[in-house]
Amino acid sequence: MEVSMTVNGREVSGDVEPRTLLVHFLREDQRLTGTHVGCETGYCGACTVHLDGKAVKSCTILAVQVDGANIMTIEGLASNGNLHPVQEGFWERHGLQCGFCTPGMIMAAVSLLEDNANPTEDEIRHGIEGNLCRCTGYHNIVRAVEYAGAKMRGEEPPPPDWEEGS
Amino acid sequence: MATKSALGGSIRRREDPALIQGLGQYVDDIAPVGTTHVAFARSPYAHAVINSIDTSAAAAADGVVAVYTHDDVAHLGDLLAQVKIAKGRPLLAHGKVNHVGEAVAMVVAENAYQAKDAADLIDIDYEPLKAVIDLKESASDAALVHDDLESNVLVAWEAGPFGDEEGIAATKQTIADAKARDDTVTVSIEAVNQRLFPVAIEPRSVLAEWQEGYQRFRIHSSSQIPHALMGVIKTTFGLDANQVHVTAPEVGGGFGVKLNIYSDEVLTAFAAKELGRPVKWTETRREAAGSSTHGRGWVGTATITGTKDGEILGYELDAIADMGAYEQNLSAAIPFLGLFIGSGQYKFPTHWKATCVFTHTMTTDAYRGAGRPESAFYLERVIDAFAREIGVDPVDVRKKNFVEKFDEAVVSPIGFAVDTGDYATNLDKLVEVSNYEELKAERDAARAEGRYVGIGVATYCEVCGFAPTALSELGFSWATYGLPAGFYGTGLVRVNPDTSVTVVTGTGPSGQSHQTTWAQIVSDRLGIPVEKIRVIHGDTGESPMGIGTFGSRSLAVDGTATFDAAERVATKAKDIAAHLLEASSEDIELSAEGASVVGSPDSSIEWSEIAAAAYLPYRLAESGIEGGLESHVIFDPPNATWPFGAHLAMVEIDPDTGDVTILRYITVDDCGNVINPMIVAGQVHGGVTQGIGQALFEEAVYDEDGNMLTGSLLDYPIPTASDLPFFELNSTVTPTNVNSLGAKGIGEAGTIGSAQTIVNAVVDALEPLGVKHIDMPLRPKRVWAAMQEARS
Repeated sequence: MEVSMTVNGREVSGDVEPRTLLVHFLREDQRLTGTHVGCETGYCGACTVHLDGKAVKSCTILAVQVDGANIMTIEGLASNGNLHPVQEGFWERHGLQCGFCTPGMIMAAVSLLEDNANPTEDEIRHGIEGNLCRCTGYHNIVRAVEYAGAKMRGEEPPPPDWEEGS
Repeated sequence: MATKSALGGSIRRREDPALIQGLGQYVDDIAPVGTTHVAFARSPYAHAVINSIDTSAAAAADGVVAVYTHDDVAHLGDLLAQVKIAKGRPLLAHGKVNHVGEAVAMVVAENAYQAKDAADLIDIDYEPLKAVIDLKESASDAALVHDDLESNVLVAWEAGPFGDEEGIAATKQTIADAKARDDTVTVSIEAVNQRLFPVAIEPRSVLAEWQEGYQRFRIHSSSQIPHALMGVIKTTFGLDANQVHVTAPEVGGGFGVKLNIYSDEVLTAFAAKELGRPVKWTETRREAAGSSTHGRGWVGTATITGTKDGEILGYELDAIADMGAYEQNLSAAIPFLGLFIGSGQYKFPTHWKATCVFTHTMTTDAYRGAGRPESAFYLERVIDAFAREIGVDPVDVRKKNFVEKFDEAVVSPIGFAVDTGDYATNLDKLVEVSNYEELKAERDAARAEGRYVGIGVATYCEVCGFAPTALSELGFSWATYGLPAGFYGTGLVRVNPDTSVTVVTGTGPSGQSHQTTWAQIVSDRLGIPVEKIRVIHGDTGESPMGIGTFGSRSLAVDGTATFDAAERVATKAKDIAAHLLEASSEDIELSAEGASVVGSPDSSIEWSEIAAAAYLPYRLAESGIEGGLESHVIFDPPNATWPFGAHLAMVEIDPDTGDVTILRYITVDDCGNVINPMIVAGQVHGGVTQGIGQALFEEAVYDEDGNMLTGSLLDYPIPTASDLPFFELNSTVTPTNVNSLGAKGIGEAGTIGSAQTIVNAVVDALEPLGVKHIDMPLRPKRVWAAMQEARS
């Protein structure tokens, strides 16, 4: 089946089997391999992308379902060489180790901050609980989102807490 | 953020810009033109005879390139296993299947969808047999897992001291005598340390190409041990080491599941050679549950005998460890790692035994901590139970029985020399930073209100940083893979002609930040900023030889080799500068800019001039200095390293649901000297979380017929962000004396210390009800049931 959509601001199209998952269309047909597959059951969130501005798990959606839609993947998040504040937060607060869950986690966190510009710790934790990370214990991911939220609100981010006793 | 390039600075990671933009390259991201895809037909039975396999429909299906069964690969033999005692794995099932998920047939097709479709068309006629799943039943040999073996028992590891039968007999007698005394108390706990899935979020993946013209394999694998894979491939296919080039690119989490060699890796290489096309296999999450290695899986009884004032006179562990159906890379060596630290931080006589048995389940092998979390769990649970029984604070009981501070190696009751330790100072710090007495008052106040709040403490002594190559006699090498290489470290440091620096290391990261830490180590010696240093890792074509990343060994062993290599390059750079400046080498100091004579800032040259002289050796004429500016060091540590620490958890249990909330989690870890505190903190966060996962949520379950009941992340919940608090980290610093960095390793410490800390806290919370033990995972239903039972 023919399918066309906007991906990271570019019009793309392809000829896919009806059963082709959106994540496979992005990875295999468009070679946008930043969106990862961790469980193919919608549980781990590594495949999170934005569909018309909302975070969705692209392993639970068929490519043909989003014909005509606007998709943004991790590769489209930075603009003109400038990192998104959430990307910056993950870098500054050691929000990633192996990096495999990171693209999905960042896309989920961007969506969270767009919905709630000043989330509490609890709201951050619940906001990203659909995305699994096995490396960080989420401590520095929550810190990264706090950092990004502060930046996006024009505030000074809280200092890092990895020194002794903090 | 401050960027401090020397050791000890929390600089931002060098690896992050690619990863946060989705530009990192994992195996499944690599797709050469013409790549074909693999799917397997796997056994739905735990134990069955294969009467027949009909592949005709699969072979005729759309897009199918080839279908293979055991007969096609029989000439390659079984999958090689480094520590094989009794039973290796056939590459594809041979006449029988011995666990659910065992690969029976392999399909190669033009795309992954077609491969999976065709695998479903393979018609396999099975005759199911009785499965042996229960560990005690297996150990009894009532029914055999493999009917060509005489017993289900592979080996029983026993200490202490290890390897000393008379000594073990004497220890047993000492403990028996203590039990016979009137003034002693004996407390036992029978506990399960349940089977777990490692759950790296990146599924395993392998891509193989055979280059016919060059008679060479090019393989990418999501592996912690690419050199070992190279060895297995070269040995299996009768090639030389230099005909197999394996690279582990970005590896999306390892945790032990990628510290293995799998039949799918060998089979993918086989198909690539047969077909002359690139062949890729990427596992699904459900496949991982059936065919990637699991961890833990012990049952055991731990017993403490001591006086009523808390002096412990003997500790005994009698455990059975589940090996699954076949041995793979390390298998029975994993419980042996637990033996190393069987007596923890303590000085009391210890009789430690773990019996390794086969069952009709997937192979168990390393999972973060690998034998050491199990070992520490039993010890620290039963010490807690003993303290509770005699009514002495668990902290005081521990302190009373510690080995005293030591700066030179001390032999533990298990019989191994421990490098350095200062356990009392470490636990004292936990008491101090947690305000332990206040916490207890808080708990008691909550208890008075009818709330179920508890505090758990546990200590651990780890062993890591493997290892002296002399331990190759115990199996610590890749000798079975045709590479008689002990677990030494390698580091190559080269200042390039343009003054950039290339570092090549024998281990590779799966999140541990080698790119950053190694750059800091080299920058510290050379003065060249980290931005100009690039680290190549996990590549058998680039690295002279390497062992891999596991057992918290990368920094202590390969990091040390890199540090020492950088030191040698620095020495040579100083010699060159001294020659060019007509000064003495001892008077030269290096900086980001170059070299200068101490006290004579005008007498200096830039790095570009030093590098130019190194690569234009005529400029070094008459100096006796050879051209080039690089060093390659092999570091053979004189001992493993032995980190230690103490953890405290405060929890509250909802009496209506049994739900456990972690209120506080406080650590004091001692991993010796630290290169990058930020990265060390990250390792502790993740490590502790995996222990909490075992304590509260995770369990890989087979039913009595060997069916896998927890094959998805829905049935196998790992911790999410909303399950956890912020962690409160602290440290003491007791450097090791076995390497020049003084670093011990931190990758597994959090996991080794945490599960029992949580369980101790939950049991403490339920003390008013008299609950003495609950088996992990402490999910709400189980905790609630224990509370109901205690009340009734």
